[in-house]
Amino acid sequence: MSSPIVKLVAQRIALGILLLLAVSVLIFAGTQILPGDVAQAILGQSATPESLANLREQLGLNDPAFVRYFRWLGGVVTGDLGTAMSSGQDIATSIKGRLWNTLFLAFWAAVVAVPLAIILGLIAVRYRNGWVDKLISGLALASTSFPEFFIGYVLVYFFAVKYQIFPGISTVYDGMPFGERMQAIMLPAAALTLVVLAHMMRMTRAAILNVMQSAYVETAELKGLSAFAVIRRHAFPNAIAPIINVVMLNLAYLIVGVVVVEVIFVYPGMGQFLVDHVTKRDVPVVQAVGLIFAAVYISLNIIADIAAIVANPRLRHPK
Amino acid sequence: MADQRAKSVLLDVRNLRIEATVFPPGEAPKNIVLVHDVSLSLEKGKVLGLIGESGAGKSTIGLASMGYGRGGVRITGGEVILNGRDILKGGKEGFRKLRGREVCYVAQSAAAAFNPAHRLMDQVVEATLLHGTATRAAAEKRAIALFKKLSLPNPESIGERFPHQVSGGQLQRVMTAMALCSEPDLIVFDEPTTALDVTTQIDVLAAIKDAIRDTHVAALYITHDLAVVAQVSDEIMVLRHGRLVEWGGTRQIIKEPRQEYTNALVSVHEIEHQEQKPGTNPFLSVKNITAAYGRSHIKVLKNVSVDIYPGQTLAVVGESGSGKSTLARAITGLLPPEQGTVTFDGRPLANRLADRPKEDLRQLQMIYQMADVAMNPRQTVGTIIGRPLEFYFGLRGRERDKRVAELLDKIEMGKGFVDRYPAELSGGQKQRVCIARSLAAKPKLIICDEVTSALDPLVANGILKLLLELQKEENVAYLFITHDLATVKSIADSIAVMYRGEVVRYGAKSQVLAPPFDAYTDLLLSSVPEMEIGWLEKAIKGRRMASAGN
Repeated sequence: MSSPIVKLVAQRIALGILLLLAVSVLIFAGTQILPGDVAQAILGQSATPESLANLREQLGLNDPAFVRYFRWLGGVVTGDLGTAMSSGQDIATSIKGRLWNTLFLAFWAAVVAVPLAIILGLIAVRYRNGWVDKLISGLALASTSFPEFFIGYVLVYFFAVKYQIFPGISTVYDGMPFGERMQAIMLPAAALTLVVLAHMMRMTRAAILNVMQSAYVETAELKGLSAFAVIRRHAFPNAIAPIINVVMLNLAYLIVGVVVVEVIFVYPGMGQFLVDHVTKRDVPVVQAVGLIFAAVYISLNIIADIAAIVANPRLRHPK
Repeated sequence: MADQRAKSVLLDVRNLRIEATVFPPGEAPKNIVLVHDVSLSLEKGKVLGLIGESGAGKSTIGLASMGYGRGGVRITGGEVILNGRDILKGGKEGFRKLRGREVCYVAQSAAAAFNPAHRLMDQVVEATLLHGTATRAAAEKRAIALFKKLSLPNPESIGERFPHQVSGGQLQRVMTAMALCSEPDLIVFDEPTTALDVTTQIDVLAAIKDAIRDTHVAALYITHDLAVVAQVSDEIMVLRHGRLVEWGGTRQIIKEPRQEYTNALVSVHEIEHQEQKPGTNPFLSVKNITAAYGRSHIKVLKNVSVDIYPGQTLAVVGESGSGKSTLARAITGLLPPEQGTVTFDGRPLANRLADRPKEDLRQLQMIYQMADVAMNPRQTVGTIIGRPLEFYFGLRGRERDKRVAELLDKIEMGKGFVDRYPAELSGGQKQRVCIARSLAAKPKLIICDEVTSALDPLVANGILKLLLELQKEENVAYLFITHDLATVKSIADSIAVMYRGEVVRYGAKSQVLAPPFDAYTDLLLSSVPEMEIGWLEKAIKGRRMASAGN
């Protein structure tokens, strides 16, 4: 009975994997096009041609590009992301902690932002075109219109400098107690929440308003349901697919787009890690981070697709 | 007597006035009056039919009895007294308590009126539970009993299904059950059978009528079809442009209408058309066509053959899904058939539209059901009609304008319309412009796909008369696709009855409409409502006897 769903979901997952492979090719090709290679980067400008040639031989850089690509890909698949040039450390190990930090921050920002955005969207629809709606939309739009570094510094100014409630620098370390860690991420999480809130809120509002035109919403009103019950029980379930879509896009942004906020609050996450290694021209690390970001982005979008498929009663309960 | 009536009055609407704000493009918003001081009253357990064309205000009045206005519609005057109190004074809270408890609503398209995300049972008992008049178990039991009464298949389990898993006719009955479930005093039926096929309509109509009789609920029955309303109503109220035209007993309205407008509605289908004998040489022959959409194995057309003679009308009649529009698509090349050929003037036409020369395209023109989406809203009437003149004949400038004026004259619209946009035209005028556009190509055949189905009866009548006149003048043939047998009777020379992709009966009109009938044609013909009290009972009885005989 659920065969169309299984088929569609399998299709989406297969497409996602294919897309991820394509992205890995692009990332690899991109780093190949850049001038200089790893050997040059390791040995610096003053290296002699002989030592360069030796190192290239040693690192296998003389093999054809596709051989090196598959060697890299094979490593990635088995969890070996290579070694960082700048520090000589294993990339997978150093990324693990960073990725955890980023996910931790994104998770708490999402826990606040997603329900808040949806509830605000529902309220905006309930009082559509009234002052409540306009106020919500206005504030939300203002918060997205300001660049995130601005919001970040405003938060720092008030909550860290003026009133000193939360730290302005979000230092976290391994084994840090949960409470302290939460306090440390409060300001960056707030900044991220403000950044993603409006988009989700506006899309929730638009998606539900679209459904409010349907005949079944009129049917619900004519049963005597209150305005809020009509929205919650009859409009929202049918608006869920577009809402999930925009939520997933924003979750992806919370993970891959946090560079600016992490830099402002000196938070040791993936964004900061990426920026550090770009300045050091540490290509293997940049490749690895790029691939992880792509994987996050693609999997969240697949989840959105699958959720939309599963939310469709026509697919869930075929004739 | 008057006192007795006053006691049993359920709904008393006095001098109801309903207004709306409209926002015409490029103009300041303005107020229009939709309903002008209409009064009506309805006794307990009786059915009042509200009839009129679109824009008559019948749905607006129906919804006003629930204190509801669509979009920007407002009740600005009068009283709506239900069960002895004026509901307009109750405010929002009052409306909520009344809706779904005292008054329930059955919408035109149940397919759209059911929420696709919830199971039918949850929606059927929702109002009952909301108003706390029964427990869930009791409400579900009541719903199942109603499903049985409305002769739904598997009444015990149909509530577990989702709307998309149930057919349109069944959904309409489930919606009636939903309205009856909370045991209201009044149900507003808003065109409940209009969206259904004629053979489905009769069963739903009978089910609704029985349910009304058995539950003693009162009803406002809104429809544009006088024959339908004659079957279920005790009284009929004729409305036009938001004003009362005539109000009386059902028999009086259909037998002795006092107003001219009512008379026009009653006698709407009386177009005379003398059937022409088919000639010896059809100019277009469809031979053994089989077609399917995509790579589907389901054949939408199975071995279909028909002939069309110059200057004559072949009516293709059948229910939705019978393949009538697909036949048109196969003939025009929009859907290349898998097998079979279309011969035109003795030579085969290319299967695919793209392979046909311009001259072949010119000879076959189409008119569609939805005139407003068949025209570019950004082009004027002159441009729309002028386009085929440029495309097929290379006419330009004054010559073109002259021909456009001639065509406008032919469709009885006049030169004044040249610079108008489609949005400024009425439904009937839009369809006339589409007719002019197809005539502009001077085709041998015009395929008319349900061209009158979206129009009010009187307007549709005008279009049919126009088509017949043009046929005489231009000697153009029509392939007239419709589900409406009354239309077929008035304009066809020959008829093809289609059922599930096959032509089940084909021949001259007089032959096709004369007994002995095949089972399907009999069913189809006996399902068309007649403007006669007691027709429904007779038809249902005839049908039961037929099925008992089988």
